[in-house]
Amino acid sequence: MTPTDRSKYWRTNLRLMTVLLTIWAVVGLGMSTLFVDSLNNISLGGIPFGFWMGQQGSIFTFVALIAFYVWRMEKLDESYGIDEAAELDATRVAAGEAS
Amino acid sequence: MDTFGWTVLWVVITFSLYIGIAIRSRAKNTSDYYVAGGGVPAVANGAAVAADWMSAASFISMAGLVAFMGYGGSVFLMGWTGGYVLLALLLAPYLRKFGKYTVPDFVGDRYSDTARVVAVVCAIFVSLTYVAGQMRGVGVVFSRFLEVSVNVGVFIGMAVVLFYAVLGGMKGITWTQVAQYSVLIVAYLIPAIAISTDLTGNPIPHLGFGEILTKLDLIQADLGFAEYTSEFATFDRKNLFLITATLMFGTAGLPHVIVRFYTTRTVKEARRSAFWALFFISILYTTAPAIGVFSKYNVIDTVEGASLAELEQIDWVKGWSDTGLLAFDDKNGDGIINYTPDEATNEMVTFDRDIMVLANPEVAGLPKIIVGLVAAGGLAAALSTASGLLLVISSSIAHDLVYKLARPDATEAQRLLWGRLAMGLGVMVAGWFGINPPGFVGEVVALAFGLAAASFFPILTFGIFWKRANAAGAVAGMAVGLTFAALYMINNIWGIWEKGWTLWGINKSGIGIVAAVLNGIVLVAVSLMTKPPSQELQDLVEDVRYPGEQSIGAKSGAIA
Repeated sequence: MTPTDRSKYWRTNLRLMTVLLTIWAVVGLGMSTLFVDSLNNISLGGIPFGFWMGQQGSIFTFVALIAFYVWRMEKLDESYGIDEAAELDATRVAAGEAS
Repeated sequence: MDTFGWTVLWVVITFSLYIGIAIRSRAKNTSDYYVAGGGVPAVANGAAVAADWMSAASFISMAGLVAFMGYGGSVFLMGWTGGYVLLALLLAPYLRKFGKYTVPDFVGDRYSDTARVVAVVCAIFVSLTYVAGQMRGVGVVFSRFLEVSVNVGVFIGMAVVLFYAVLGGMKGITWTQVAQYSVLIVAYLIPAIAISTDLTGNPIPHLGFGEILTKLDLIQADLGFAEYTSEFATFDRKNLFLITATLMFGTAGLPHVIVRFYTTRTVKEARRSAFWALFFISILYTTAPAIGVFSKYNVIDTVEGASLAELEQIDWVKGWSDTGLLAFDDKNGDGIINYTPDEATNEMVTFDRDIMVLANPEVAGLPKIIVGLVAAGGLAAALSTASGLLLVISSSIAHDLVYKLARPDATEAQRLLWGRLAMGLGVMVAGWFGINPPGFVGEVVALAFGLAAASFFPILTFGIFWKRANAAGAVAGMAVGLTFAALYMINNIWGIWEKGWTLWGINKSGIGIVAAVLNGIVLVAVSLMTKPPSQELQDLVEDVRYPGEQSIGAKSGAIA
């Protein structure tokens, strides 16, 4: 990667992180703790919504956030032609030939 | 066959499996020993992290904890899962790219040897407080189900861990943990599914949850308890926030979890393992609140208003009364048991939270083969966490202190031997704690999370995301964060100037996040006032930010 590519790659990564961590904070630290009482006025199939978020919903959200991050980063790596496994195999072959 | 026979059978089968795996995955060099050769596939690594993370406390106590704390219990559910988002996005990929053996390795290389020593002390302290509870857990499960004394149980647990951890190091531990995750999750889900089907007709506990929740809310209100779903019954708004945040940042700062991201082959695999880890953990963590509700409902439904004579005829009531975890006292002598929040009239005088998971299958009338399986699941949870923690203790001593600081000229064979000796020592210490448990294990766990949040998390993230962070800043930040958190918690628990003292009513379990913020502020201020790190260190930071490119330890020589 050229220095320009590197800084572009890093900025894209930081942007993605900021968005995901904001959702993380709103869901995990906002909805389920600071604003849980207001959300409890909403009923989700008989369960107060704030309560459900605290015990189920937030955890599902966390799993989804990591899944999205993994997917986006793999696409990003691909678009910059990063293929670690191939690189590793190449290093191994080179090392094998040298010794 | 009776419950005892089934339990013995399950324990023998699962333990043989662990030992079989250990023999197949012996460590041949230090890379095998500390990071499983750096070649664990993402799914397997995720399952290993999940088993590593979910301790006897998660398996046995969490459902009960949530059942008794109601909404307050959510801090554990959210805190212990939300931390993985921080790990996945802020630490895992970069530490994998860095590619060494321990957390102090990164702290030492990025900052200085002084910082490394502080990190080693934190890593050992945090891991020791944890492991003490695990060995005790092994002993307790053995004594409850297999009619041996707690101490004999601890010895059996020690022997098994000693065998696979000393022989295989991280490699042996990782593959046994994969097996242990499978055992514990099956043991957790089968009773949950059976009970959900029985109570609600819906086999998926997460869906049956709501129906019983509504009923439990009504019952609790009838009996005079706070409504189960009421939000601020245990912690107020501020503490809900602070404790959840502390547990999240503490989780992302625990060394035995962080080192797991060194064990994959690539950065891509490290990211994927973080996903699989939380996925596997979430299966248990989202089931726990359902089990808590089902189980509490079942017990109250059976006990409330029943006659004492009738209750004494029920098998599980008899069994658990014998262990002292369940006790009745017909205070008004009317022969009927009433469960109330008032000390003076409550007749279910002991209702231990650990019963929730352990007695669950019996309460629901499931076959005895499943009761035995739950015992094996509890053992798997305790053993897997113990072994992961022991590896951190062993590597902190053998790798960070002896090799890096005292004897950098050591040969590969010597280093492997030291690792094994340190592991043996660690097992002995853990066993000692299991047999002579400090009376304050519960209190000390709050301490461990607070300290992990106050020390590791800020310096690791700043080390990756801010090139200007330097050694002086990191050492000052850790010192301030640690001192502040430790003083606050120790004073609150045992009293230095005033026992129980709080600042603005902040719970001791929630102070870690405040200390972490202080750590960050001091780190930034001191770094800006002192010289920037050398070009070499800034290049190191630049290097960990990108996957690929002369990577995977080629430069650092971590993976031979």
